[in-house]
Amino acid sequence: MNNVYYGKLIFELSKPGRIGYSLPTSDIQGYCIDNLPECVTRKNQLDLPEADELTVARHYTNMSNNNFGVDTGFYPLGSCTMKYNPKVNEEMAALPGFNIHPSTPNAMAQGALELYDELQKILSEIAGLSRFTLNPYAGAHGELTGLMVIRKYHMQRGDVTRTKIIVPDSAHGTNPASAAVCGLQIVQVKSTTDGTVDIEDLKPLLGPDIAGMMMTNPNTLGIFERKIPEIARLVHECGGLMYYDGANLNPMLGVCRPGDMGFDVMHINLHKTFSTPHGGGGPGSGPVGVRTGLEQYLPNPQVVRNVDGTYSTTNDDQSLGRVSGWLGNFGIIIRAYAYLLSLGRENINMAGKLSVLNANYIKECLRSHYKLPIDGLCKHEFVFDGLKDEYAGDRHSPDHVTTLDVAKRLLDYGFHAPTIYFPLLFHEAMMIEPTETESKDTLDEFIAVMKQIAEEAKANPELLKTAPHSTPIRRLDDVKAVKEPRFIY
Amino acid sequence: MAKVIEGLYYSESHEYVKVEGEYGYVGITDYAQGQLGNVVYVDMPEVDDEVTAGEEFGAVESVKAASDLFSPVSGTVVEINEALENSPELINQEAFENWIMKVQLSNPSELANLMDAKAYEAICD
Amino acid sequence: MFKYFPHTSDDIQQMLDIIGVKSLDELYAEIPEELKLHRQLDIPSHKSEVEVRNIIHGMAEKNRILTCFAGSGVYDHYTPSLVPYLASRSEFSTSYTPYQAEISQGTLLYIFEYQTMMARLTGMDISNASMYDGSTATAEAMMMCVSASKKRNRVLISSTFNENVLQVVRTYAGFHGIDLVEIPQKDGIMDQQAVKDLIENEDVAGLVVAQPNRFGIIEDFTGLADFCHEHNTLLAVNTVASALGVLKSPGEWGADIACGDAQSLGVPMGYGGPYIGYLCTRNALVRKMPGRLVGATTDADGKRAFVLTMQAREQHIRREKATSNICTAQGFMCLYIACYLSLMGQKGLEQVNRQGYSAAHYMHDELIKSGKFVEVFPDKPFLNEFTLRYTGDDDIRIRMTEAGILFGVPTQDLDNCFTIACTEKNTREQIDSVINQL
Repeated sequence: MNNVYYGKLIFELSKPGRIGYSLPTSDIQGYCIDNLPECVTRKNQLDLPEADELTVARHYTNMSNNNFGVDTGFYPLGSCTMKYNPKVNEEMAALPGFNIHPSTPNAMAQGALELYDELQKILSEIAGLSRFTLNPYAGAHGELTGLMVIRKYHMQRGDVTRTKIIVPDSAHGTNPASAAVCGLQIVQVKSTTDGTVDIEDLKPLLGPDIAGMMMTNPNTLGIFERKIPEIARLVHECGGLMYYDGANLNPMLGVCRPGDMGFDVMHINLHKTFSTPHGGGGPGSGPVGVRTGLEQYLPNPQVVRNVDGTYSTTNDDQSLGRVSGWLGNFGIIIRAYAYLLSLGRENINMAGKLSVLNANYIKECLRSHYKLPIDGLCKHEFVFDGLKDEYAGDRHSPDHVTTLDVAKRLLDYGFHAPTIYFPLLFHEAMMIEPTETESKDTLDEFIAVMKQIAEEAKANPELLKTAPHSTPIRRLDDVKAVKEPRFIY
Repeated sequence: MAKVIEGLYYSESHEYVKVEGEYGYVGITDYAQGQLGNVVYVDMPEVDDEVTAGEEFGAVESVKAASDLFSPVSGTVVEINEALENSPELINQEAFENWIMKVQLSNPSELANLMDAKAYEAICD
Repeated sequence: MFKYFPHTSDDIQQMLDIIGVKSLDELYAEIPEELKLHRQLDIPSHKSEVEVRNIIHGMAEKNRILTCFAGSGVYDHYTPSLVPYLASRSEFSTSYTPYQAEISQGTLLYIFEYQTMMARLTGMDISNASMYDGSTATAEAMMMCVSASKKRNRVLISSTFNENVLQVVRTYAGFHGIDLVEIPQKDGIMDQQAVKDLIENEDVAGLVVAQPNRFGIIEDFTGLADFCHEHNTLLAVNTVASALGVLKSPGEWGADIACGDAQSLGVPMGYGGPYIGYLCTRNALVRKMPGRLVGATTDADGKRAFVLTMQAREQHIRREKATSNICTAQGFMCLYIACYLSLMGQKGLEQVNRQGYSAAHYMHDELIKSGKFVEVFPDKPFLNEFTLRYTGDDDIRIRMTEAGILFGVPTQDLDNCFTIACTEKNTREQIDSVINQL
C-alpha cells in the first residue's frame, strides 16, 4: 500500500467542457424530450463532475493505492473470514452469457437457473438441510429471511403467540436487529465463564411464547458449543425452532453440519465461507437453508428442477413472500459456485481444518504476551482480552496501552487489525481469525510483529498511543465527524 | 472519581432526578457521562409526552456507543433542555446542571424507590 | 496440495507440535463424535481451472442473449469500458467494510463521492452508502417513515410500483407489523384523491410513490408534498436513478425520502444483481436513516479524510434498537456509480435520456401504426418506457423471443399488455426489425 495520501475528490478535478463518454449519434428524428410537460422536468442544475477518461482512470487508480485488501496483506479480522478471493471466480462472473435481463423467460435463461439450482444443492449437502434459497443479498438479509421462515411456520400452524426469540449475550448485534425488523422481541440468554450458552439460564426462558433461538456454532469466541444437542432438544420441546447464524461456518466445512447439530433454519455468507470478495461492504450473498418440512415457506421466487431436466422459477402460496427484486446477487452466486467446483469434495474439509490449525497456532504463539480469557482448543477464531498487564501498563495511567492502540500500531507493520471491542464480554477484546489461505510464513511474521508491539507497549507506550505513523493518514477525529457532520462534498 | 450530589434521587440505570415542587428535572449522572465518553447527541422526548418510571424516554449517543435513557419518574414532559440539541457536550462538562427533561410528577411516591446520594455512590465504586 | 492452501506437510507438522496435538482431526477433539459427519460430502469432485471454465462457460452459453426492450426496473444501458476495468482493482474489491479508516481511504473516498452524487441527483441533503436493491430500499423507506413518526403505524404505497417491489414491501410490512395500504391506480396513475382522503382522516406516517411508474408513465406530484406535510405525513419518492438526469427530482417535489435502484446508472443487468439500492433524505432525518454513512473529518495532522460515522444508529451498536438490520449492503457498487457519473457527467446523462426518449417514442408510434397495438393509457407522458395492448391472438412474446428479441415485460394485471423500454443502446434498425416481425 502506498503511504502517500491521495485525498482528492473527483469534484476537485472537474473542469467545465470535459467529457468522459461517447454515445452513438441517434438516427431517430422527430422526437424531442423537451416536449415533456414542464411540471415533471428537472429545473435544478445537476452538478456532476466533468472529466475526461484518463483523469477518471488515474483518480480511482490513485485512490486504490490508499486501500488495503486481502490481496494487499494479511487480514485477521475476526468473524469476517477474509480468505483469498480466487480470480477465476471473477472471470466466470463476467461472462457475457450471464449479463441478461432478469425478466428473460425461463426457457432462455436455463444456464443461469441451472447454476442457481446446482449451488442450492451443494449448499444443502454442506449444511445437512433440505433446500436453500439464494435470494437474500447479505448475511443480515439472510437472517431476516430465516426468521421470517420461522414466524411463517408458527403462523401457518395457528401458533400466533410465539413472538420472542432467544439470542445469546455474545451474539453479534445483527441478530437482535434482524429479529426486531422481523417483528420479534429479543430475550437474551447468558454465557457461562467458558463462553458457551448457560443452559440453566436458558431453561426458564423457554415457553409457549418462544419462536426459536439464534446461535452460531462455533460461537463468536471461536468455542464449539458442545451442549448443542441438548439446547436444540430443549428449544424443540418447547415448540421453537433453531436458527444457525452461518457467520462461523468455515471451520465446520465437511466435519460437522448445522442440520446434524439440530438446526432447522440457517443462512450462509457466501462472502465469508465461499470466498466471494467483500467489496468494502458488499455486495454479499446470504442464502437461507431449511430442513425438510419448511421448504414451502422459503421466499418467492424459487428455482426448481423439473422432471425433464429443465429449470423453472415458481411461486409458492405458502411462501413468506418476496424479499428481493429478483434472484439475489446472481454475480456473487456464480463466484461461489466456481469456488466450490474448484474446491470439490476432496478439498472442502481441509479448508475448515487448516483455518482451525492457523487460529490455534497464533493463539499458542501469542498467549505469552496477550491475555487469553478462555483456554482450550478454539475453532477458526479466538479472542484475546488485550495485552498482558506487564506490557499494557497500569490501567489507571494515561500511558495504559489499549486494544485500539495495538490495532493501530499493527497498521504500521502492514497488517490489517483484528476485530476489536467485540464480543462485548471482554473489555479489551481482540478477535483474530486467520483463515486457511494464509501460510505459516505469514502467520510467523504476524506473530513476530504482535510480540514486537507488546515490547514497544512496555518500552515506549507513546509510540502506540499515536499510531499509526506510516499510513497515508493518521488517526481520525471521530467526534468531529459526528458533531460537524459532512456527508457530501 | 465521579461526582455525586446530595439531595438528588438516583436510579440504577444512572439517571438522576432533582425535585422542585411538583416538577422533576431528569438527566444522566456524572458517572454515566464518564462511562459514555464524548456525548455527541441526545435523543430527547417531546413536550407533552407521557413518561413512566422505569421506561425508556430517549437515548444518549457517543461516537461508538449509545445508551437508552430510562425515566426514574412518571409524569408529563413539560420542558426539554433545548441547549442540548446543538451542544450535547454540555452533559460532559456538567451532567448535573444540564438536565434533559423537566417532568410534572404524577406519582411523587415513586421517589421512594430511588436511591439517595450515598446509596448511589456505593454502586458506582 | 491445493492452489488455495499454502501449507506444506512440514508446516502442518510444526504447527501441530506447537499447539500440542497429533493430528488435524484432534483439533476437533471436543466435538461429540455423534455430531461429526464421518464421510465425504456428496458434492461435485474437485475441478481444475480448465474444467471450471468449461462447465461454467457451458452454462453461460445456455442462456440466450436477446436484444433488450425490457425494463420494469432494470435497464440495458451503456457502461463505459473504464467502469468495470477500475472496478476489477482488487485493492478495492478484496477489502472489508472500512472500519480501519487509515488504510481504507480508497473505499471511503468513493463512497463519499457516491453519496454526494446521489444527493445531487435526488435533490436531497444526504445519501447513505447504499442499500441492497430498489425493492428493499423502498421497504426501508417505509420502515423509516414509521420510525420517524414515532406514534403512527400506517403507510400508503402507490399500486403503480412494479409488482416485485410491491411484493417485497408487503413482506417487510407484514412481518414488521406496519399497516400498509395500497392506493389504487386510476387511468394509469396513482389516485391522488384517494391518498388525500386517507391522509386527512387517518394518522398516516408516510406515503411512498413511484416515478416513472410501472406503466412507464411520469406522474405529476405537484402539491402532494405540501399536503402530506400539513398532516405530518412523510413523502418518499422512488425514481429510476438514470431518469433523474431530466425528471423533477424528489427534492424538487418536496420529498422527505428519495429511494430506488441505481442499476440504471451503468450497472450490468447480470440476471438480477448485484445492483444497488439508494436512499437519500433530509438532514433532519439522518438519525432515522438506515445503512452506513461516510463523513468527512480531519486526521491528527489536520488533513481532510473520510470515516464511517453516525454508527450509533447501526446494528453493531444499537442491536435491536438500530434503524435497520442492514450492515453489508452493496458498497462496491458505489464505485460503479461514482465512476459512471464521473465519466458521463450531467451532459452524458441528459444525452442518455434524450436518446432513450426518442427511441421509445419512435417505437411506441411505430407499434401503434402497425395496427397491432393500441393505447392503454392515452396521452400520458412517458420517458423511455410505455405500455401498450397487443390486439393479436398469438403469444407475441414467445415469437419475439425466438427471433432474439426480449419484447418488454407482460404488464401485471392487464391482459395482453406489454411494458416496453428503450435505451440509448437500441437503434432504429433494431426497432424496425421488431416492427417487421409483427
